[in-house]
Amino acid sequence: MISFEIPPFIQNQLQMIRMVAEQAMRPYSRELDENEHERPQAFVQMTWPFTQQMVKSSLKPLMAQANGNGSNGSNGSAKPKREGPDFNMLSFIMMIEQLSWGDAGQYLCLPHPMLGGAAVDSAGTPEQRVRFLKKFTEGDPKWGAMAITEPGAGSDNSAMRTTAVLDSDTNEWVLNGEKVFITNGALALKESDGLCVVWATVDPSAGRAGIKSFVVEGNTPGVTIAKQEHKLGIRASDTVALHFDNARIPYENMLGEHSPQPTESRKGFQGAMKTFDASRPAVAASAIGIARAALEFTKDKLAEEDIVIDYTKSLHELTAVERDVIEMEARYKGAWLLTLRATAHMAHGESNRLEASMCKYRAGDAVTWITQKSVELLGPKGYTREWLVEKWMRDAKINDIYEGTKQINQLIVARSILGYSRRELK
Amino acid sequence: MLDFRPDEEQKMLTETISRYTRERVRKVYRDAEEDGEIPAALVRAGWEIGLLPTALPEEYGGFGDYSAVTGALALEEFAWGDLAVTLYVMTPNLVAIPVLLCGTEEQKASYLPRFCDEAPPRVTAALTEPAVQFSPYKLKTTAVRDGDEYVLNGSKTFVPLADNAEMILVYANEDGITQAFIVPTDAEGVVVGDRNKLMGIRSLPANLVTLNNVHVPASSKVGGETGIDFSLILNHSRVALGAAAVGMARAGFEYARDYAKERVQFGEPIAHRQSIAFMLADMATEVDEARLLVWETAWMLDQGQDVTREATIMKQQVDRMVMQVADRAVQILGGYGYIREYPVELWLRNARGFATFDGLAMI
Repeated sequence: MISFEIPPFIQNQLQMIRMVAEQAMRPYSRELDENEHERPQAFVQMTWPFTQQMVKSSLKPLMAQANGNGSNGSNGSAKPKREGPDFNMLSFIMMIEQLSWGDAGQYLCLPHPMLGGAAVDSAGTPEQRVRFLKKFTEGDPKWGAMAITEPGAGSDNSAMRTTAVLDSDTNEWVLNGEKVFITNGALALKESDGLCVVWATVDPSAGRAGIKSFVVEGNTPGVTIAKQEHKLGIRASDTVALHFDNARIPYENMLGEHSPQPTESRKGFQGAMKTFDASRPAVAASAIGIARAALEFTKDKLAEEDIVIDYTKSLHELTAVERDVIEMEARYKGAWLLTLRATAHMAHGESNRLEASMCKYRAGDAVTWITQKSVELLGPKGYTREWLVEKWMRDAKINDIYEGTKQINQLIVARSILGYSRRELK
Repeated sequence: MLDFRPDEEQKMLTETISRYTRERVRKVYRDAEEDGEIPAALVRAGWEIGLLPTALPEEYGGFGDYSAVTGALALEEFAWGDLAVTLYVMTPNLVAIPVLLCGTEEQKASYLPRFCDEAPPRVTAALTEPAVQFSPYKLKTTAVRDGDEYVLNGSKTFVPLADNAEMILVYANEDGITQAFIVPTDAEGVVVGDRNKLMGIRSLPANLVTLNNVHVPASSKVGGETGIDFSLILNHSRVALGAAAVGMARAGFEYARDYAKERVQFGEPIAHRQSIAFMLADMATEVDEARLLVWETAWMLDQGQDVTREATIMKQQVDRMVMQVADRAVQILGGYGYIREYPVELWLRNARGFATFDGLAMI
């Protein structure tokens, strides 16, 4: 039944997260933007306990299953059956929105499995999920990261060249190659005992079929930070290039059932794609959080100038600025609803690939436009670094680009609605 | 809790409407548009789906529960078939819904049961005025209290089926506030004027109506002394029109998509080109987004919330969306899009109307 009601437990949780955003993020926004590569300490300290709790509760059913039904043997990838909708993803999406309202760059530094966790969840076995994610329930803050993109493989990630070769003497995978644009790469692998899911090919001649995902844990020898990027926005976020030089990881760190044969299936690559079903709404939610921050700020500042929108005015009575604000609100709201739909479909166990791409590209587009409009509407003051809107405009643009550019998501939507293959619609 | 899937009953309803639009409406709507006339049998079949009675409470002879969300689903499906047919079949709603929402007990008891009959009552409503700067909140038509009566003066336009109506719900400005009055068409001073010559929805007869010192009893004011909550009525209208716009836009999108897959140039379907495929991706996304905006506003209405802000935001976005989608549909068909043998030019003409259709549909 169609409903827009947000479960009360999420509403309560959001109040707490709003407090985090106001107290541990906003006061440091400017400083962290000006001093790139500095870490958001206050935010990390305040959110680590939340993460531990969240990961604990998501692992609970898996661990209960492992303990209770252990005698059933290794029942591979069977997921625990649930009764009713699973709103954990929705709670995460709404948390991302609120944290990004606080500061999108800092949000990305959330000590949390993040994209790496999403990959472990969608491609890993229950045993692997417990083994790799348990560390996020204890000890010091840790980060998760994911490495897909390479200098020569962006949207076309099937062109990746990083290799994983099995050393049968030691039963280890040996990774070699270079990965770029890795969010939290340094935090996950050098500054904590976190993890990074690395996508690599076990057979470069096999194309997509050869691509598998591997969990590289913090402080693994042979992994070096090749470069720390300097960016347009989200400067508080850690973005690095990683170099793998004979980095050895245990055989069991390949995600999924252990069948390294490249030709058997495209499961590995599909795992990467499945990760996007969850990560694209997450990026959209982050975009929306920035959009809301800019919209609220702009409306507040306009109100100080006695410009308050009267929603009963006809088109002829509205000024150009008022019409702009209403359009900003519409684009914000529309993109948010698309995001909620993609997330709700997931909660109800429905496929959401099309919806995930739709919300991602629409939200990236909306936040880019809304924040640019905000700076415009606030005039010379909007352009100063005294206010955060100019930063939000710079932060916003990444949402048009990462987790699949706007165009690659349009392409996915186009193929889906036309029923076309990759060959038919390039 | 958060869910975007219609329930079984809603699915059954939209399937029924879809059968009607596919098997009946789409067979004749193009000729109807050219002739300026919708076959009576088609209207009857549309009424027999029973949308309005299912929205009216049992105590007034209906057999259902009112839900703006269900109404929005139904309207989208109807308008996918044809907008003019939709507005024609739904014209009784223009009186029934405002009375249901804001009428006094006497008014509800006296009017609502008539909408549950086999044939709908011959009633309509007049909100829009023939002016460039029209605002539903600042009407130029006036209502002045005179003892036990109201005196109405002014001009109305886009009054659907006025020629055949026994009664018109006239919106008028009483001391700066929009109120509604039940006016019999045979009252002295009511002049049903020329039929509107419109850009689109040409199969829907709509007329100019003039009110020259029309006297009606004070009891004809909807809602009695307190009057109506006009925002509430307008918001219901905006949800209805929003849903209709989504339905028509979806029709345009689907037609253009199917055409692009069949039309071969340079040895392959034009949909194989990103320039066409990306337009279609945008159309699909914008239609979905607009539908969600409509649903959310409808859902909030059902929760009893004031949605004046949401309905305004939604309306402006939907008006933009339907125009853009209809325009792209014409563009994708190229030269054929401009030819009246194909339906897309009709949808482009209809689309532009949504900016001025306030009050022309109601759920």
